[in-house]
Amino acid sequence: MGRTLAEKVWDDHVVRRAEGEPDLLFIDLHLLHEVTSPQAFDGLRQNGRPVRRLDLTIATEDHNTPTLDIDKPIADPVSRAQLETLRKNCAEFGVRLHPLGDVEQGVVHVVGPQLGLTQPGTTVVCGDSHTSTHGAFGALAFGIGTSQVEHVLATQTLPLARPKTMAITVEGELPEGVTAKDLILAIIAKIGTGGGQGYILEYRGSAIEKLSMEARMTICNMSIEAGARAGMIAPDETTFDYLKGRPHAPEGEDWDAAVAYWRTLRTDADAEFDAEVVIKADELSPFVTWGTNPGQGAPLSASVPDPASYEDASERLAAEKALEYMGLAAGQPLRSINVDTVFVGSCTNGRIEDLRAAAELLKGRKVADGVRMLVVPGSARVGLQAVSEGLDVVFKEAGAEWRHAGCSMCLGMNPDQLAPGERSASTSNRNFEGRQGKGGRTHLVSPQVAAATAVLGHLASPADLTDVRTPAGV
Amino acid sequence: MEAFTTHTGRAVPLRRSNVDTDQIIPAHWLKKVTRDGFEDGLFEAWRKDETFILNRPERHGATVLVAGPDFGTGSSREHAVWALQNYGFKTVISSRFADIFRGNSLKNGLLTVVLDQKVVDALWELTEADPTAEITVDLQAREVRAEGITASFELDENSRWRLLNGLDDISITLQNEADIAAYEAKRPAHKPRTLQA
Repeated sequence: MGRTLAEKVWDDHVVRRAEGEPDLLFIDLHLLHEVTSPQAFDGLRQNGRPVRRLDLTIATEDHNTPTLDIDKPIADPVSRAQLETLRKNCAEFGVRLHPLGDVEQGVVHVVGPQLGLTQPGTTVVCGDSHTSTHGAFGALAFGIGTSQVEHVLATQTLPLARPKTMAITVEGELPEGVTAKDLILAIIAKIGTGGGQGYILEYRGSAIEKLSMEARMTICNMSIEAGARAGMIAPDETTFDYLKGRPHAPEGEDWDAAVAYWRTLRTDADAEFDAEVVIKADELSPFVTWGTNPGQGAPLSASVPDPASYEDASERLAAEKALEYMGLAAGQPLRSINVDTVFVGSCTNGRIEDLRAAAELLKGRKVADGVRMLVVPGSARVGLQAVSEGLDVVFKEAGAEWRHAGCSMCLGMNPDQLAPGERSASTSNRNFEGRQGKGGRTHLVSPQVAAATAVLGHLASPADLTDVRTPAGV
Repeated sequence: MEAFTTHTGRAVPLRRSNVDTDQIIPAHWLKKVTRDGFEDGLFEAWRKDETFILNRPERHGATVLVAGPDFGTGSSREHAVWALQNYGFKTVISSRFADIFRGNSLKNGLLTVVLDQKVVDALWELTEADPTAEITVDLQAREVRAEGITASFELDENSRWRLLNGLDDISITLQNEADIAAYEAKRPAHKPRTLQA
């Protein structure tokens, strides 16, 4: 019987397979950041162990880094200490590090792909659940805990039981104005936050094949929000074109050998998935969340659901608690929800294509009075690219704040946070209680919905922008 | 890792589903660079409400957390496991755990036990009615016992063996160093490297 993409990549990395044991898998690329690595380096030190493969390891700073005044010392002493710990550990063990201020610094899941380190058929891990992002290249990529970070540093392997596989087949074509973010939010709402638990997802079908690498990364990024550790997309010409010429992409004969291998990384026609979900792309529309987990979402044209409409008692209770926390009433149209803050950025939607999409809508328009909009590039390189295209000027002229790269408002570990009771439309990945700051309320949206929302002050789609724009230069 | 064989203790019934890792330990606690001192961060936002179950005097000293489905969703932060352990929990029972959280728990000796929601419901009813009721989690017999309740649970033999003996994964893997070296020797040249050779 044929094999799925995930099974092929898995099989190619088995170092040891024995009855009654999990497979021991080789790890091709280990990404590190400041939050989940300090205790792992401590473990190495306590046991006198070196990093086994420095040439397969790379670190960057992202979660704690401020996005303003990056040339000044970091104000929060605890954040500063954590960054300094990473710097000390990398220096002591010899790990390549891109610190704050470095041109290659940025959110770890933006940095790996842009350097060309994330390649088809590789295994990629990081102490961060959004490592699933890298699956967009046909890599088997998943988040790990700190004990596993230490394990990979010491052995370049991980003992793992092989998950099941699930096909998410998306046929048709996404309607205009409907993005990868809307698609993945709709998928999560359909299968639930636990629906992918125990599976590696493979996104496939004609709608997926048409997507850019940036859009594929947005989708794979949020696999974990459906409970799946990893999500993958088979590599194709779009993938190869993206990689060609990047700093760590193979060259010459190595490139040819690599592409020949990469072309084999497709699920065989006679392979069987353990589960399959089919989505019709043509039926989708802009999608936003109303609750406190990423599965609590609905089309923007809908209203806040009535908890009483849920048959399942635990879902009903979860919806009740979510509405209470979010300060929303059942039946309220989603478009009537006003926001204080709009955040464009994160490992989900902080790449150049996302910034272009937001800028395109903001050009000649203004952010609504009383709304704060933060635009945070996913990496320093993305920031430079945006500046070279004049996007920073568009954002600033519209009244948005243009910031330096980092995780920023995706999570409350740096100065960019919501105040209690504040409400955001955010292109990030988690709407958990307090995720963006204590008491903060988060609606997950696409960059396009974020931009339209910023202009109108309430949740809105680009189609709602019926105004006449101010011509440039006026 | 501390070994886990069998544990008996009082319970905290937590009637919530989708308890994500941001609720278990909020992000601002993750700036710490140690594995201890996270107990005050456990469920920090919810504990501000004095009626929250963890704040009730009769639950002090409880060591068994009985939670709703999809416990530990969200981030890979192992700090969530450390916070539960630092607070004093030895085991968590739920009908479904998030994958990464489960993996992290078993690597730290915090036994996560998967039981049918019906059994979880029964444990909730028992321990809500009687806060002094004890629950026994017996890894040797793979069984959970409480007054009027006996339920077996599954855990793969390899994980069970490592937990019962408190074994360190890295030492076990390094016994297979020759296999790792052999694999490394045959890796194709086109594979990416972060440093120039």
